[in-house]
Amino acid sequence: MRVLMFGWEFPPHNSGGLGVACKGIVTGLAQEGVDVIFVLPQLMDTGDALKDVRFADPHTPLTGDAASLYNPYLSPIRWRAVRLRGGKQRGFPSIPGTSLIDRVVWYALRAAEIAKDDDFDVIHAHDWLTYPAGLAAKEVSGKPLVVHVHATEFDRTGNGQPNREVYEIEKAGMYAADQVICVSEFTRQSVISHYGVDPAKVTVVHNAGEPPLDAAEAPFCIAELKAAEKKIVLFVGRLTLQKGPDWFVKVARRIANERPDTHFVVAGSGDMEGQMRREVREAGLDGKFAFAGFLRDGQLAAAYRLADVYLMPSVSEPFGLTALEAMSHGLPSVVSRQSGVAEVIRHCFKADFWDVDATASKILAVLNYPALKETLRQEGRRDAQRSGWRDTGRKLRNLYDSVVSRTGGK
Amino acid sequence: MPKICLYFQVHQPFRVKQYSHFRIGQDHDYFSTEAQGNLNNAEIFRKVARKCYLPANRVMAELLERHPEFRISYSFTGTFLEQAAAYAPEVLASFKALVKTGRAEVLGETYHHSLAFLFSRDEFRRQVALHRDAVRRHFGVRPKVFRNTELIYSNAVAQEAEALGFKGIIAEGADRVLGWRSPNFVYRPAGTRRISLLLKNYRLSDDIAFRFSSRAWNDWPLTADKFASWVNAVDSHSVSVNLFMDYETFGEHQWEDTGIFEFLRHLPDQILRHPGNSFATPSELVAAHQPLAEMDVPDYVSWADIERDLSAWKGNPLQDDALAAAYALEQPVKASGRATLIDDWGKLLTSDHFYYMCTKWFADGDVHAYFNPYESPYEAYVSYMNALADMRARLAMEGGETYA
Repeated sequence: MRVLMFGWEFPPHNSGGLGVACKGIVTGLAQEGVDVIFVLPQLMDTGDALKDVRFADPHTPLTGDAASLYNPYLSPIRWRAVRLRGGKQRGFPSIPGTSLIDRVVWYALRAAEIAKDDDFDVIHAHDWLTYPAGLAAKEVSGKPLVVHVHATEFDRTGNGQPNREVYEIEKAGMYAADQVICVSEFTRQSVISHYGVDPAKVTVVHNAGEPPLDAAEAPFCIAELKAAEKKIVLFVGRLTLQKGPDWFVKVARRIANERPDTHFVVAGSGDMEGQMRREVREAGLDGKFAFAGFLRDGQLAAAYRLADVYLMPSVSEPFGLTALEAMSHGLPSVVSRQSGVAEVIRHCFKADFWDVDATASKILAVLNYPALKETLRQEGRRDAQRSGWRDTGRKLRNLYDSVVSRTGGK
Repeated sequence: MPKICLYFQVHQPFRVKQYSHFRIGQDHDYFSTEAQGNLNNAEIFRKVARKCYLPANRVMAELLERHPEFRISYSFTGTFLEQAAAYAPEVLASFKALVKTGRAEVLGETYHHSLAFLFSRDEFRRQVALHRDAVRRHFGVRPKVFRNTELIYSNAVAQEAEALGFKGIIAEGADRVLGWRSPNFVYRPAGTRRISLLLKNYRLSDDIAFRFSSRAWNDWPLTADKFASWVNAVDSHSVSVNLFMDYETFGEHQWEDTGIFEFLRHLPDQILRHPGNSFATPSELVAAHQPLAEMDVPDYVSWADIERDLSAWKGNPLQDDALAAAYALEQPVKASGRATLIDDWGKLLTSDHFYYMCTKWFADGDVHAYFNPYESPYEAYVSYMNALADMRARLAMEGGETYA
């Protein structure tokens, strides 16, 4: 089995979970004996995870801040701003076109050429940015197409105002695909109800956890708080509507009154940072909040190990890999019920993101009852590593087999 | 021929509602909620009454009417009796009618279905006395045979029951207790002189209680005549076949559409068809048969899970922490002399609260998941610990409570 796979970002040049999930999937598929040709839009360092990697633009190395440049999760407002700024973006200087959509289309044109030159059994495209590439590859090769939904436009906009063009691209990809894979049942339901895709071809393949990473030196703000024996509630994720940073502040407010020794560390950046800082100030919580910026690898591992509770208050979270990361590092977690990860983990607390009191009460319990914290630490660690990327890889391999046999390889 | 001894456990706990941190010091009612669902005790009681207690009692009444030889026995917890009186008085009335026939024995236990024996002998005795009073008040009888919570048993429990005046005691016929011996005889607990021990025949009991509706089971479907043939196959020198199970087996654990009520309705017919077969209550067995031999059970056994030990209620850090916190309040609660505090504390001692905190889900998790009204053991622990925190706040309040 040989797969032509289209991605948009890859660790260490990833802005979030999409890159992490792609790496996990490729690793799991390799363990299952599946060959993957992994295609990325532009020359970038991908570590040693990829045996066979192609770049749509192999000549221009990626420079600058990958996290902001490649961010496929731009809010509608930011996204419009990017469009208007046109070709002045760093990173894609050789690529014609002025907007994110133009880049997506250009990627599809290159994809057709790559597909023509190679031999493979199935095409696999991750999220809307690569769906046109997948479609183009299907058209020239006649091979079956699998699209993988890591997030939908409804998640990215917090179920607010989806961008029409993005929605249409997503829909076209899902309709043309021979198989649609969703990272959770939560996402599957959204794909069926918001996009009207035939439920029979929509399958759930959950993401997986990974062993904990070694901790590097902790970010200064966290080290300082621990030295002062403060309690830390951690937020990890982009500061954007979907992730519920505003709800994090509301919960913090409720906790601060009850446990004044609690501090709140925000690891991530995004379009809502200004709003979040304003809300913190208005709540009189200036002294209780630390903004650590975007953390990765060892630094993030240190944050997970030193914090007391992880809160994922997402408004709409297709999966939520950070919850598995936090738990595998032994961090007791409170996760939004409006998430995919809540389907696969048991040894954590689950709460509706809008139920501030219930969320705060669960966090306070972890802070107040040492036996609870210790049990969540140990059981959570096991729970988060119960299934690995190889399990995900196995399910995908089986799906490829059935898609290929169903379509007669066409 | 052995006699059939039927004993049914009838119990409902006062489940602690979702009791958040922000209720501590504000809300002293831990057990009633307006919210619908698995933690609404009144709602659950009425559901179980409809599905189990009322239809099962109707069948029992018919059977007692039809067969003069038929005998049954019940153990009602105090928390069940309170809820029956409050939420479904017709349930209590129908049990009273059964007991009135004189052929349904009522057993003794701890009022709150607690683990008090393991933690406080004083509290254990208080609860046994409380239960004895409640049984006398409701049924006009005095229990003669004792069953400890979840059949938690050891020599020490038997010795204590003997000291409290009981003539018999009931335990699980677990393999590690019995070894090569049969559960179908009367034994004498080690270290006792007068009390007799009756052991559950767990194979035949569990055929009804657990396997009845299991289609994966070779003997499915289980019919009354098939079951009677198994009873008839028991060694004819045996004294009794002790079938002990939760009463909720009928209609709640095994739903009506499994045919469990039909099975029950025909069972006495099929048993009595065989010449020499009959039924007996635990007291009748104890009175009629001398113990065959001594039974030495130094370590605790119970009827729970595959382990049949105490690990369903204690042993994980959450359970141990909650148990320690609860029993630490014994002295201050009793010293306060406040009836509502003592009553609330007692309800918090019910073993079910600790069962809900059990985390050993992956081995025999299904049973725990089924009986757990909380989303997770963590939720169970938090509501429970917050309620205890409120109780400590009440104790700390000076001048007592106005609503007491």
